[in-house]
Amino acid sequence: MTTLPGKTEKKLGLVIDLDTCVGCHACVISCKGWNTENYGAPLSDQDPYGGDPSGTFLNRVHSYEVQPLATSDKPHPAAQLIHFPKSCLHCEDAPCVTVCPTGASYKRVEDGIVLVNESDCIGCGLCAWSCPYGARELDQAEGVMKKCTLCVDRIYNENLPEVDRVPSCVRTCPAGARHFGDFADPESNVSKLTAERGGMDLMPEQGTKPVNKYLPPRPKDEMDQIDVLAPFLAPVAEEPAGFVGWLDKMLEKI
Amino acid sequence: MHPAPSVIVFTTLSGLGFGLLFWLGLGLPAVTGWVAFVMFAIAYAMAVGGLLASTFHLGHPERAMKAFSQWRSSWLSREGCCAVGALVVMGLYALGAVFLGQTWTLLGWIGALLSLLTVFTTSMIYTQLKTIPRWNMGLTPVMFLSFSLAGGALMAGQVRLAIVLLLIAALVQLAYWKQGDMALAVSGTNLGTATGLGDRGEVRAFEPPHTGTNYLLREFVHVVGRKHAAKLRVISFALAFVLPLAILLLTILANTGHHVLPFFAVLSHLAGVATSRWLFFAQAEHVVGLYYGKH
Repeated sequence: MTTLPGKTEKKLGLVIDLDTCVGCHACVISCKGWNTENYGAPLSDQDPYGGDPSGTFLNRVHSYEVQPLATSDKPHPAAQLIHFPKSCLHCEDAPCVTVCPTGASYKRVEDGIVLVNESDCIGCGLCAWSCPYGARELDQAEGVMKKCTLCVDRIYNENLPEVDRVPSCVRTCPAGARHFGDFADPESNVSKLTAERGGMDLMPEQGTKPVNKYLPPRPKDEMDQIDVLAPFLAPVAEEPAGFVGWLDKMLEKI
Repeated sequence: MHPAPSVIVFTTLSGLGFGLLFWLGLGLPAVTGWVAFVMFAIAYAMAVGGLLASTFHLGHPERAMKAFSQWRSSWLSREGCCAVGALVVMGLYALGAVFLGQTWTLLGWIGALLSLLTVFTTSMIYTQLKTIPRWNMGLTPVMFLSFSLAGGALMAGQVRLAIVLLLIAALVQLAYWKQGDMALAVSGTNLGTATGLGDRGEVRAFEPPHTGTNYLLREFVHVVGRKHAAKLRVISFALAFVLPLAILLLTILANTGHHVLPFFAVLSHLAGVATSRWLFFAQAEHVVGLYYGKH
């Protein structure tokens, strides 16, 4: 039955740091690379070298611009560009699981990963309709639903070196913007990161209780002093001197 | 949402087909022999034709049998079970009416209930989706049921009943459009909550993940067809309700027993409901479109 488990032993998921993501799309490529040749049907492309290419991806990176509202302190606040990776959030109350008519969609009791049993999937697409995050895509070549598996074929894979037993996107990220761990353990790296940095849910009003958390970006135009030695260094030139100083004075007078 | 022809044909035809089966099951009209044969044939052609059309959009229709297994959790599965139940029970009832000249009342009532349940479960497939605020309303099942009952009564030749039910369905349709137009705003989901960045300022989609299109955009973000939505609403309302009502009133006034005029009322109603169903899909905003800066 595709009912959801009341409780899962572990809550495996990702923390995605919007402060450090540089929008390089390396996670998108490594995800497609790993998942097209491992668990389940390959991730097909349609017309990949033609005029209208499209394809199945389990992870996509959007970019948003946030324009803070003007205040009396800051009449012209700087807009911020935020790169926004999005993949399955392995929700605790995953609507994609309960809508499935065949039982192909399920949430694992042992670790909370949401998976699709592709041999049972009829490709009706209703689970994709029920997902607010656009995490599920029907593969156009295979006619079955594809989604992030949290690289279930990597994280428990004893044939891989231990350092590689994390999702492909996490292993690849050059900025360290993606973290993998168990949210059920309050001492895990992901739980601590979420607590320290105010990790947030996407669309909390949808009631999906996503496991994955997003760390909010810090404003880049008011960063604290980041070099501990900086206060000890003398300013190079506060007032222009020499020829530039003379030029500055002359131009002021005109 | 992408207004796929398969789902529009399915919900329109099977809604009317099961509506007709509902009235036949109640014995309105209590028909036997050849007349019963023709009426049941029409009802089955519509109900089964609609169900078959719905399998056209499946990626793996050969595995469709698996869809009967999850009735405890899935509305889609429940719909499949109800539909088969209704068709089997009403099939037996039809055998009695057509070949034996018998009216098995209890069987007819059970079949009528299952027919109505099928329409209800169909509507719940859409109603349950929080991701589409325009469908996630109590009025959605009311609309599906009122359309099915009115259309069924119209086809069953229950003129006075059809007039009342068409009037109710017309009012439900207007209320559905009115409430639906506000649904996305009322749901509170916007690009701010979608990205979690809303409390920092105004969020704007700067760059999509890919230059091309993808499955999500094709399936969920259909904005082109909304251009003529207002005109289509008028056309749909006129065809589904105004014209059939005018024809029915005319037949009462003229006091004719002819089937010609009511036949045109049925055709007009069918075209109107199909247009309304097209709008039901084309106007439905899926919240995933927010991530792409659409709506």
